[in-house]
Amino acid sequence: MSLTTPAPQAPPGKQSAGGAATTRSVVRTGMFWALLAVLTVVFVGPIVWMFLTSMKTNPEATSVPPTLLPEQPTTAAYEGLLRLDGSYPVLRWFYNSLLAATLHMLLVLVAASTAAYALARLRFRFRGGFFAVIVSTLFVPGFIFLMPNYLIIDRLGWLDTIWALVVPGAAGAFGVFFLRQFFAMLPDELEEAALIDGANQWQIFTRIALPNAKPALATLAVLSFLTNWNDFIWPIYVLFSPERLTLPAGLRLLQGAYTTDYPVMMAGAFVASVPVLILFIFTQRYVIEGVARSGLKG
Amino acid sequence: MATTTMSPGRSARTTDGGSPRPIRRHAAWTPYAFMAPFLAIFITFVAVPAVFGVWMSLHDWDYMFEVKPFVGLQNYLNLFDSASAAYQSFWNGMRATAIFTVASVPLLMAVPLAMAILLNRRFPGRTFFRAVFFMPYVLGVAVVGLLFRFVLDPNIGIVNAAISALGLEGALNALGISTPIPWITAQPWAWISLVLMTVWWTLGFNTIIYLAGLQDIPRELYDAAKVDGATGWQQFRHVTLPGLRNVLLFVVIITTLASANMFGQSVMVTSGGPGDSTRTALMVILGEGLESFRMGSAAAMSYLLAVFLSIVSILNVLMVRGRRRR
Repeated sequence: MSLTTPAPQAPPGKQSAGGAATTRSVVRTGMFWALLAVLTVVFVGPIVWMFLTSMKTNPEATSVPPTLLPEQPTTAAYEGLLRLDGSYPVLRWFYNSLLAATLHMLLVLVAASTAAYALARLRFRFRGGFFAVIVSTLFVPGFIFLMPNYLIIDRLGWLDTIWALVVPGAAGAFGVFFLRQFFAMLPDELEEAALIDGANQWQIFTRIALPNAKPALATLAVLSFLTNWNDFIWPIYVLFSPERLTLPAGLRLLQGAYTTDYPVMMAGAFVASVPVLILFIFTQRYVIEGVARSGLKG
Repeated sequence: MATTTMSPGRSARTTDGGSPRPIRRHAAWTPYAFMAPFLAIFITFVAVPAVFGVWMSLHDWDYMFEVKPFVGLQNYLNLFDSASAAYQSFWNGMRATAIFTVASVPLLMAVPLAMAILLNRRFPGRTFFRAVFFMPYVLGVAVVGLLFRFVLDPNIGIVNAAISALGLEGALNALGISTPIPWITAQPWAWISLVLMTVWWTLGFNTIIYLAGLQDIPRELYDAAKVDGATGWQQFRHVTLPGLRNVLLFVVIITTLASANMFGQSVMVTSGGPGDSTRTALMVILGEGLESFRMGSAAAMSYLLAVFLSIVSILNVLMVRGRRRR
């Protein structure tokens, strides 16, 4: 039972006050739901406010006191932003973000699943050493890699290209660590039966290990997509050309250009939010499972 | 390793050192083939940079110049020399990051724990509310920053509008707080804004980790505590907290790490201001390295910040370990 629930045995002396105890529990339940309602407003309210503002005219968005709902709803902010010949290629940024996050997700799935399979199921020298080194990087702050990686990206000729966004992040240890747990749980008998049937490790990996780890792969896919879509520091430094930016880097540009046009900025923010919000609504079970499991290593 | 009695002929061939290996599982090179894609990326973007970064920090590594002379520890020593150009901005950034970390980590430890306890009971819609409270976390810092720059605007923001609509101005004025509150343009309000918006944004992450930890605490411990007459607070103090010890350690370490990475909120909401007061260490490092292109100095700064962080992490571990003995 939860801590806020009163103990089932009422203390002696209060036993006659059964009615009072019921009233108290009704009050407690009421307070519990009221608290949940307030918290829901606190967490969803700003996101709704972003959308409502994007549907207003600028004079209405900046009026004091503010109007709650748009009095003359308009999509003018979106029309200005999403025009192909507009001053800022927002649709292009959207496409860049989508492509980078998708390619990054696929690369993470391939690189992390193969490495995790080797570390969980295959026998080789330095296996423990490899694993220890990879896991230890989970606790190394990422900013120490910023300067050297910028130069490495430069040497590779990847500055201002999508590869600068797709590849470096795939070296993250989380995916390997996360999938290894699932592959390690696979029963030995399954693998041995396949070996006797003449299967090689690649076939065991693709036909037994991967299908059995589908939920884990889905979790890793969603998490790596979200991380890449939202990345801010790296894209604002490795991308320069306005038409190659991702949405987060582009939003910073918009903020500089439209300092007082709040409907346009909120429309931009909403365009950047919709894909991840939709993804989250449909995959929240996987996202939350992945986050919960990331704590188990502690 | 599992042993089977199958294919004895093969077993005889591959047996070495007395341990029977009835099945040849894979060739010697197979594991390396599986490891290759990840290792290639890991070596290029983690292992090499980790060493290369140290190398850079020992040189006067200016991106703009061909010659990058070896300077030993000079880049590090400059950070401790008040006469050097980097000193002032670096320690100003360290101070900003420290203020943010000290203010945000306790809140991001306590509030999510309260939320997790609230959600750790059976009620209809539990999964729904869990997802609702996690939702801001899936938005990027650019979106959250733009949104709060608008919401907290001193003149037209809805937060100050709500304060005056609820008639709270009089109460605030009585407390010596002048209205409208300059959420972004004056201290300490800028820090309060940045900390609270970060709590709003990332609280769901720690809440989910705590929830997983709470579900691992055996119910019998609570039942036993109740039989002994423990109050709700005593149950929290003597069952919940000890049961979450490892989870708390994990949360404090990753939250400290995340707070030390503070960058986007300051860039999007306060632009480092008012003055340079919210210009964090990471903003200083990136400015030094990727805007002024003094990358050796920037690398030295990032290693020094990393050293500070590991000291803090070790202190955290010692504190949690120390409590265990009592």
